[in-house]
Amino acid sequence: MLTKRIIACLDVRGGRVVKGVQFVDIIDAGDPAELAHRHAAEGADEVVLLDITATHEGRGTLLETVRRAAAKLFVPFTVGGGVRTADDAAAVFDAGADKVSINSAAIARPQLIGEIGSSFGAQAVIVAIDARRGAKGAEDAEVYVSGGRKPTGLRVVEWAREAEERGAGEILLTSMDTDGMRNGFDCELTAAVSQAVQIPVIASGGAGSAEHFAEVFGRGKADAALAASIFHFGVTSSRELKTQLASAGVSVRLPC
Amino acid sequence: MIAVIDYKAGNLTSVVKALHYLDARDVVVTQSPDVVHGADKVVLPGVGHFQATQLLASLGLTEAVRESIAKGMWFLGICVGLQWLFEGSTEAPGAPGLGEFAGMCEHFPAKEIKQMDGKEISVELKSPHVGWNSLEQIRPDSRLLRGIADGSFVYFTHSWRAPVVQETASVTNYGGAFTSAVERENIMGVQFHPEKSADVGLRVFRNFVEL
Repeated sequence: MLTKRIIACLDVRGGRVVKGVQFVDIIDAGDPAELAHRHAAEGADEVVLLDITATHEGRGTLLETVRRAAAKLFVPFTVGGGVRTADDAAAVFDAGADKVSINSAAIARPQLIGEIGSSFGAQAVIVAIDARRGAKGAEDAEVYVSGGRKPTGLRVVEWAREAEERGAGEILLTSMDTDGMRNGFDCELTAAVSQAVQIPVIASGGAGSAEHFAEVFGRGKADAALAASIFHFGVTSSRELKTQLASAGVSVRLPC
Repeated sequence: MIAVIDYKAGNLTSVVKALHYLDARDVVVTQSPDVVHGADKVVLPGVGHFQATQLLASLGLTEAVRESIAKGMWFLGICVGLQWLFEGSTEAPGAPGLGEFAGMCEHFPAKEIKQMDGKEISVELKSPHVGWNSLEQIRPDSRLLRGIADGSFVYFTHSWRAPVVQETASVTNYGGAFTSAVERENIMGVQFHPEKSADVGLRVFRNFVEL
């Protein structure tokens, strides 16, 4: 049976993993290569490395970080942040990533999705969507860019459909309403997107407990869920999270 | 020497990385039929469209592989590389496969039948099939899957799948059973990605490297 995926996310700045609550109180949490390896060993189904520096000067550092992290990582490895062109993507793949996650750049130039896909395959392109609910709730949720600062006027479900048509392999959906709140994922929004597309949807934003994951896999119809800050608050590892999910009846990869 | 064939279908970095990690000696990435002729083992990775396998024919690699495996060279096809061992795929009907195994690769069905409260219901089946799924009915005599238990999880990402045949070495269930590994003597293929399947995947590579 196809299992639900738990994806460990590392926020990286200047070659170090950082953690913080809603981008404040950022503290150093360690070496990306070491942490990526540890997450995989502890049962994460995939690892995402998100470059939150995204400055021009930071790119060389990032590629070196990706190379070091990829060297001993034998689960799918995604890199996001600052991928603006097909060449940027090629450099990240060359360093050892299996997938890239693109966000603002795909909104600015939607052809980028197909350009990366035609060279590296659709499975290598994740379109990340930052979403905020509108007046009517999940159904008119809007796409935001630039780290959630700029509204685009695009409806989330419509953009997800377009991304799929243009050749995205997966959608990474982050709810800005729930992000950092630790009160659970936006299941309604996740379900709306998951039902609108055939490709897998990765839910992100709001995890605070194992029950929240069970909810987004059930009611939210998510295929995978991103786990970032949950490992900083209470739940100690993917293995522990998965053990709790398995006893709640969710199909997960165990033993891992 | 292990030749990893580069036919511009996706990224070879992680396959080569895994082989190096296992201390495989003499791994060569190549597009040359001569290199294939001189290899002890050949790995044909590949993600993407079945049509890409046509480049193998135009580079003379199809013939090189056919001749070499007839002489006993070990061959491992991954993902589209497994599908290429069959007669072809409905993804690219004009592009013939190697035909070592019978049947065509087909797209996952749009719906699957599930049992619910004793009744059969038809539910939508998402494709591509992406994520970790289990290997079942592993053939005890499989050399490629030696030491791997039924129910072990591996990573898949694909929309077309190979039929179950006599030489199937394991099946995986998603909208019905399909061939997740196939093996006849020196000819082997896996639909999943061993280079992305953690310890189970590395075991598959180790089994191949140690042949």
